[in-house]
This record gives sequence, C-alpha cells and structure tokens, in this order.
Amino acid sequence: MSDRESLFSKKNLSLLSGPMNSNNPITVQVLGICSALAVTAQLKPAIVMAISVTLVVAFANVIISVLRNTIPNRIRIIVQLVVIAALVILVDQVLKAYVYDVSKQLSVFVGLIITNCILMGRLEAFALGNRPWPSFLDGIGNGAGYGAILVIVGIFREILGSGSLMGVRIIPESWYIANGGFYSNNGMMILPPMALVTVGVIIWVQRSKNRKLIED
Amino acid sequence: MDRNSNTYTFIYASVMVILVAALLSFAAISLKPDQQKNIDIETKQNILASVNIETDAANAEKIYSERIVNTYVVNSKGEKVDGEAFTVNMKKEHSKPVEERVLPVFECEIDGTTKYILPLYGAGLWGPIWGYIALDNDMNTVYGANFAHQGETPGLGAEISTKGFQSQFKGKKIFDENGALTSIVVAKSNESAPAGHKVDAISGGTITSKGLQNMLQHDFEAYQAFFKQKKSERQ
Repeated sequence: MSDRESLFSKKNLSLLSGPMNSNNPITVQVLGICSALAVTAQLKPAIVMAISVTLVVAFANVIISVLRNTIPNRIRIIVQLVVIAALVILVDQVLKAYVYDVSKQLSVFVGLIITNCILMGRLEAFALGNRPWPSFLDGIGNGAGYGAILVIVGIFREILGSGSLMGVRIIPESWYIANGGFYSNNGMMILPPMALVTVGVIIWVQRSKNRKLIED
Repeated sequence: MDRNSNTYTFIYASVMVILVAALLSFAAISLKPDQQKNIDIETKQNILASVNIETDAANAEKIYSERIVNTYVVNSKGEKVDGEAFTVNMKKEHSKPVEERVLPVFECEIDGTTKYILPLYGAGLWGPIWGYIALDNDMNTVYGANFAHQGETPGLGAEISTKGFQSQFKGKKIFDENGALTSIVVAKSNESAPAGHKVDAISGGTITSKGLQNMLQHDFEAYQAFFKQKKSERQ
C-alpha cells in the first residue's frame, strides 16, 4: 500500500487530542456521565476506572475494526456488545485477582462499563469504518478524555470531601473542629450530586476557554 | 459468501460465542486461586476486626495466625465435631435445621484472656447480612462486633458496616441477671429495652436494623448449649 500514512500523522494525532478538548466524551458529548458521578468520590477508584475504560474501549475498537469487514450487518450491535462484555469481564476478573480492594470499591461499576455509552458510541461511529491503528488511537484518546475528567473530579471530591488524596491526608488533622480547629469536611462532596456540579463547573470553564463549543 | 445471508449470520454468531466462552472460562479458572486468596484475607480481616484489631491486606494473614489460637466447630448441643471453622459455608448452614448445623468458633488471645468469635449470618433488606461477634470469656459480655452486607442502601442500611455503629456493641450483655438469653435489641432511642442490651438502630434503616437484631438472636440461640458448657467450665 503506497498511500499508507505514517503512524503518527497529523490526522492520527488529532484522534488522540480531539477527545481531550473539543470532542471530550463527558463534557462535550455528555456520554458516560453515570459512571463519572459514581466512582469519583475518591481519586484511586477514579484512576482505576479511567484505565479500565481506556483499555476496554481501545481493544474493543481494535477488535471490531479488524472484524469490520466480516461482521454481518444485521447483528453488528450484538457483536459489538459481546466484544465489550467479554473484555469487561476479563478486566473485572483481573481486578478481583490483583487489586481486590479497588475492585470492591468499584463493585458494580466495572460491570457497568458494558453500558457506558462511550464504548458503543466509538465502536459504531468509528471502529466500524476505520483501520485498526486509527481505531486504537481513537479508543485511547476517548478513554483518556473520559479519564481526565474523572481524575479532575476525583481530585476535587477527595480533597474537599475527605481531606485526603489517594488516601494520604492533605488537610492537617489539627484543622478539624473535632481537634479544636476551624475546618470540617464537606459531606456533600462525597455524594453524587456534587460530582454533577463539579462536572458542570468543568464544562463551564472549558466552554469559556474554547469559544467554538458555545452554541448560538 | 454473502455477508447478509442467514447461514453466514448463524455461523458467525455461533463461532463468536464459542470463542468468547472458551476465553472467559480460561480466564476465570486461571485467576481463581488469586481471587480466593483475596477473599480469604478479607474474611480474616473481618474476624480480626470483631476483636478490634486493625489490619491491612498485607499483614492480615500473619496477625491472624498469631492471634487466632484455636478454631473448631461445635453442634447445637455444644459438642465439638469434625470440620474446619474457617471454611464453613454460613449460607448453607443456615438453610439447615439448628440440630444439623455446624457452628464455627474462633478463639482469640487478647492480653492473656480468650475471646470467643462467632460468625453470624442473616437477612437485611435487600440481601444477606453477616458478620462476627466477639464475646468475653464470661460468655455474656460483647467484646466487639463487625458486620458486612451485600447490598444494603448506602447511607441507610449500609451503615451497619461502619465503625460508629459497630462500636456500640462493646460491653453489651447477651444474658439477663437470671441467665436467660435476651440477645441485643437494636431499637430507636425512645423505645424501651432492657438496660445493657440495647444499641441504637440506624435511622432510615429500620428493616436492616431489625434483620441484624434477628440475626443476633437467632445465632445466639444456636450457640446456647456451647455458652452453657463454657460457663460451667469456668466455675
């Protein structure tokens, strides 16, 4: 193939960078919101969830892209679902075997990666019509775009809600009212509604920086 | 071959399903030992938590083997029977009548005295609840408790697995002055209950609280003969 473009051509790189900003799955496409609210009370599960989703979407994209010319059109959604479900079960089993405490924290949400709209969205919109390598980059890009928002929300929620980061104490114990100080954790931050508000603030900041995103 | 024909679709779906099934079975079987080990460590951490020993996944096994000095199973008459206390399937045992059940006991050394840890199993609102309760060697005073649940509502029923709720159990008595089993009442603060036998229920978690109370009552009843025997040994 003489028309083969380089692995990191401008077009391919835009597949990675697009979802980080002007095509972000959470803040622009508003996909995958449910899990973004559920797993971000602390940073650690948010990071694990981000990595898991990135791996699943990248490899599901590659598999579907490799199979794209063989998949019978009438059952293509089912094929996509089987590929996603198989990968998610694998991730779940590996988490249970090697990072048990994180797997317990994520509980049902790992299983719910299957229903994360980002996956079906990318498979249907991108992998079915593109070669494996761009599909892989598209998966990594969208996973990273999703993960970046999760991590930002996780950082805010853990510091303000629990006073720690990755389980390490950030706000000194002596500041707390219980120890004669003036400070108290914001209990609302641990609950999902504040995650929605945080995502809202991120969307607000992003749109004020990136004017293209503002609709008329 | 025509990609839209029925035959192609059927063959495609069948091959895909068989391949995926084989892959997942292989993964499940090869990861099973590691997963079981994690579950065992968690059980050990829960047992130790009922005697107020904090552990993490790394040191739980070592502390467990140091502190838990003796484990055995008894029947409802209080006689020791064959069996490994750690591997008793509580769910299965609770589907049997009391006479046929095997009842695990874990003995733990704390500051030179023996604490008796008994596993519990019962029903919450949405699913099973379980836990461990530790008794002093008078077989009456609660030394500590640890509860867990499968799917109680976070913030309501799920509060049974919090330290704040569990710490209420310490120092409570399960027998009254006449030696009758009263267990522990989980009730609202304005409900009357025998002194020394009552812990505060969870607001909004009434059914879970009552389920926990029934679990304690029910499981203590099964151990009555064992309690009696241990008490007479002390006298």
